[in-house]
Amino acid sequence: MTRVVKTGERLRWSLPPALVLAAALGLWEAIVRLYAIPSYILPAPSLVLTTLMSDRAILFPALGVTLGTTLEALALAVVGGVALAVLFSQSKWVERALLPVAIVLQVTPIIAIAPLLLIYLDARAAVLACAFLIAFFPILSNTALGLAAVDHNLVDLFALYRASGWRKLLLLRAPAALPFFLGGLRIGGGLALIGAIAAELAAGAAGKGAGLAFRIVEAGYRLNVPRMFAALFLVSLAGIAIFASLSALSAYLLGRWHESALKR
Amino acid sequence: MSGPHALVSLRGVGKTYAAGVAALRDVDLDIRAGEFLTLLGPSGCGKSTMLRLIAGLDRVSSGELIRRFEDVGAAIGFVFQEPTLMPWANVFDNVFLPLRLRGKSRRSAAPAVAEALSLVGLTGSHEAYPRELSGGMRMRVSIARALVLRPRLLLMDEPFAALDEIARLRLNDDLLRLKEATGATIVFVTHSIYESAYLSTRIAVMAPGPGRIATEITNDAPREHFRDSPAFAALCRQISGALHQAMNE
Repeated sequence: MTRVVKTGERLRWSLPPALVLAAALGLWEAIVRLYAIPSYILPAPSLVLTTLMSDRAILFPALGVTLGTTLEALALAVVGGVALAVLFSQSKWVERALLPVAIVLQVTPIIAIAPLLLIYLDARAAVLACAFLIAFFPILSNTALGLAAVDHNLVDLFALYRASGWRKLLLLRAPAALPFFLGGLRIGGGLALIGAIAAELAAGAAGKGAGLAFRIVEAGYRLNVPRMFAALFLVSLAGIAIFASLSALSAYLLGRWHESALKR
Repeated sequence: MSGPHALVSLRGVGKTYAAGVAALRDVDLDIRAGEFLTLLGPSGCGKSTMLRLIAGLDRVSSGELIRRFEDVGAAIGFVFQEPTLMPWANVFDNVFLPLRLRGKSRRSAAPAVAEALSLVGLTGSHEAYPRELSGGMRMRVSIARALVLRPRLLLMDEPFAALDEIARLRLNDDLLRLKEATGATIVFVTHSIYESAYLSTRIAVMAPGPGRIATEITNDAPREHFRDSPAFAALCRQISGALHQAMNE
């Protein structure tokens, strides 16, 4: 009975976006066919799909490279962002000293930093550094905010029971910061992909790299527009997969207690 | 009873906050073992400040505060105005917290947690999360947490202020039963004349600006059917008069 209800609920949730997507793709296909638009201007969705399959030997390894860089950068951003946020929560002096540096890195457009990084680092390391830099700040700032936003009565309670600084961090500040961290992680996940793509574009322009963005640039030089669309489709798919995975992680960790994850 | 026989003594205690606001001035008070002492007064008269000083959460600015027990963390239980539960932890883990902070394992703490929950009438709710409980039940969990170390002194800062009247009356009765069962000394802060009259063996009526104890009223009436007795009505009138006088001093 519960399973039937859950399936019905899922269907009710997923049906409207699926219908809208199907209608948009159908309209696109119809317009291309009706007006006989050449594929080097706008390929039909069916051709994009065919290209995706025929060029899979080129596109899927490129997807692997971009996704690998993105996830690696995100992991580094999590480690660095959380570690720095914990340091900030322990020492106001450290926060005052390092926060301006983090803000400068955040507000400088990544596309402007990428060419410089490509001079100092090899292409792979430069792409990784760009993706890391852009994903790092939302994780740092959200986690730092969460570590500071603890119920002051609970802080008093831990003080009453003479809890050590580490216990306070592990049993109070860390769980209180979890929803904030997960919010930052979701933003950072999307940004890491954007950073990786932006850096790959810069590296691709210099004739380096083998990620999806490079394949888009390369296909553009050859006027292979269907392959450009196919690569773009994979980039979007990667972004959706990252967002969906992080949302699922968030729902799993916060499901029973946090307002943001409760189903009503 | 005073001086060395008291659990906590305040001698000429004053508290001035960093902004220069004087919250308490020249407070003399003995908290006697086994009593139910209520601090009653209007907002801003320093009732909560006094609890925080007794708990060691703040330091006195002047005078002397003497606690006649070792290990303040184990000897004092604190119940806040709000239930102040960890929303990410279930009922068991919330009550387990004080024991966990003292290095106990879940297994060795389980009997003490179960006993504390049974004292507040919450047997069988171990797995529930705070958001799944009513306001009254959350406050019971908070009281169970304060009791789990078997404290000698239970400090309660307007714990039932946010509850509806029915839940409040029920919790008042439960609190008296609980005091009987544990023998703990209770210092209770409230705005309510009726609550102070019903619960207390002694009422310290406080006056504002800066906070001080205006008068003390002792209640040694028999507890049987007290709420319906003429003695209860007379005590309420006496407290009300003292409060009125304190506010106009």
